Amino acid sequence: MLEVFIFSTLNGLVTGLLLFMLASGLTLIFSMMGVLNFAHASFYMLGAYFAYSISLHLGFWMGLIFAPLIVGILGAVVERFALRRVHAHGHVAELVFTFGLAFLIEEAVQFFWGPDTKNYQSPDILDFPLFTLFGQEFSAYRGFMIAISVGIFIGLYYVLTRSRIGIIIQAAITHPHTVANLGHNVPFIFMGVFGVGTALAGVAGVIAGPVLTTFPGMAVVLGSIVFVIVVIGGLGSLGGAFIASLLIGLLQSYAIASNVGMPDLLNLVGLEFSRDHPLTDLWTLTLPQIAPILPFLLLVLVLIFRPTGIAGKREQ
Amino acid sequence: MMRLFSNTSLKLLLVSLLIQGSSLASAQEPIRIAFMDPLSGTFASVGNSGLKQLQYAAEELFNSRGGILGGRMIEIVPLDNKQSPTETQIQFRRAVSEDIRIIFQGNSSAVANTLNSTITRHNRRNPGQEILQINYSAVDPILTNEECSFWHFRFDAHAIMKLNVLTDYIAMNPDIKKMYIIGQDYSFGQVVADTSIELLREKRPDIEIVGNEFHPIGQVKDFTPYVTKIVSSGADAVITGNFGADMVSLARSIIDSGLEIPIYTFYAAYDGITATLGADGVDKIRLIHNDAGNPIPTQERLEYIQKFKRLNPDNDMTQHRITNALQMLVKAMEESQSTDPYDIALALEDMRFVNMSGEELWMRGEDHQIIQSLHISVHTDQNIVVDADNSGFGLLREYSVPAENTIMDHSCRMQRPRR
Repeated sequence: MLEVFIFSTLNGLVTGLLLFMLASGLTLIFSMMGVLNFAHASFYMLGAYFAYSISLHLGFWMGLIFAPLIVGILGAVVERFALRRVHAHGHVAELVFTFGLAFLIEEAVQFFWGPDTKNYQSPDILDFPLFTLFGQEFSAYRGFMIAISVGIFIGLYYVLTRSRIGIIIQAAITHPHTVANLGHNVPFIFMGVFGVGTALAGVAGVIAGPVLTTFPGMAVVLGSIVFVIVVIGGLGSLGGAFIASLLIGLLQSYAIASNVGMPDLLNLVGLEFSRDHPLTDLWTLTLPQIAPILPFLLLVLVLIFRPTGIAGKREQ
Repeated sequence: MMRLFSNTSLKLLLVSLLIQGSSLASAQEPIRIAFMDPLSGTFASVGNSGLKQLQYAAEELFNSRGGILGGRMIEIVPLDNKQSPTETQIQFRRAVSEDIRIIFQGNSSAVANTLNSTITRHNRRNPGQEILQINYSAVDPILTNEECSFWHFRFDAHAIMKLNVLTDYIAMNPDIKKMYIIGQDYSFGQVVADTSIELLREKRPDIEIVGNEFHPIGQVKDFTPYVTKIVSSGADAVITGNFGADMVSLARSIIDSGLEIPIYTFYAAYDGITATLGADGVDKIRLIHNDAGNPIPTQERLEYIQKFKRLNPDNDMTQHRITNALQMLVKAMEESQSTDPYDIALALEDMRFVNMSGEELWMRGEDHQIIQSLHISVHTDQNIVVDADNSGFGLLREYSVPAENTIMDHSCRMQRPRR
């Protein structure tokens, strides 16, 4: 039992931290521009695909450096030449724009790379078990994923709260006009934040690609869950997003590892249903079976009982 | 003079050709066949690969040889159903409005079931406008049992037929004592789980089922938590009916965890899966399938595959049953001299057909289920003539069961339309 608990915790951490890398960019962009970027997970997918192509010629590490850069520049270009124009027409237009962009990127990925799963592999140097517990290996690559994610969280937190750039960004979020009057180029800051946010998604794609497989549906699989995290964490809150990411990563991992379900619950109250009962699917439901939809259940509950999320500020 | 003569004769020839050509075109409408499978979204790779194989079969075997039924061409019309039952209804309406009478469909039994009931209803309400369902890959047993239809023909062995062979093979391995079953949470996944448990209990009562897990289809990001459970259960073999990205991710997670156990699958090859598994999957991944893999049974089959490969370097000939289905369909049209689904269906019933591999296929008339040999192959790079994903790895046949030994009873009570 202990082994399952330890590994479930580790698995949950890996997933949670990966989700955080996506959610951090999304929540940062939201708090600054007030726009929910539906194409955010698509930039994550682009990161994986660019890194795959680069890794074919220059190896994994070059991919890790250049793929996020390309994705970040692409994000900045999207903000500068498209989103900024759409911005003039209000939030609905922005929302629809990013929604369309997500489809466009998915089609483009299929067009250039084809619909097949890509053989994107982790580097050989990390191809060994970091440690073996109770006969189960924990790969070095997963350890590397944790290290990168934690590093990014610390770096991001430091830049946003301790550096001069961070102070300007924070000020620009709440008082854009004042910041502009002080002589800072606010549109440029917006572009930079959008670029960095998408680059973070790109990093997530680069390191997740080899583990979660690189295929054109990868954005869709992760996209919805990232929104759940941002809402549960509280829109615009970096700390909230961090807590929510870990919460959801661990929640799913523990739910899958558990072995309880409706039959156990019914046994407790002494009820039993035959297999031909019309609602037999309901009576035989188990927790692992519904694990991947638990975050959405949590989302509904949070929206009902605490609409601002874990750390969100109440809207005026 | 000579020159003038030849010039006029040439012109005459051209003109006559043109006239003939145009009259041919108006009289000889192409036979339109819909290919309704996911061509975008999560499962697009499988759908697109199937489409290319059907197009190639039509072009290579019939259109380039002057067409069928005295010169009519086959036109394949791709309809993207995104593997969703809802979208399938919309695409079905489209096929009807474009007067397409034959629909090829294979991916997802949930979609096949929807299409089956939609077509049955449509055909009952619109006599004379019937539609024929050519199911080349959906293996939910009910399609040729409880829910069987006169308008549905299956060209793949259904899940229980395959599992019967697979469990025979597993039963022969005395090292397997604990079995873990994991699959996608929908009709096919559940059939795989229930049937495996039942058959293993019969054939090897000493094998303990240490896990029976379902996960939502196409929703799982990371399979490591599931693998943690597999490891702690002490399983020494896994059965899964997963396909597409769910299959790759599961196999990768199992291999990455350092677990050295065989994985018995239905769909763990091609469309990027073989390349992604690569050297890590060697001698671990096994597949149950029809259509013999390596070694390729006949020269004719080999040349047919190699030509497809030259035309589509990025795709593989993954499903010979698509070719079989088209060949048998055309044979039925030629025999009945008709493109009407009713006539075709009658001609297909109890048809016996020798395919390119030199094997005789039988379309059982009672339930419209194809009967053919089944094989179990292993993922390897040894003795591979036709590889998958250009990776050097492919499927090598380990165990074969002849067609007559795959036959199973059915519970189909077919409603036959009257004409």
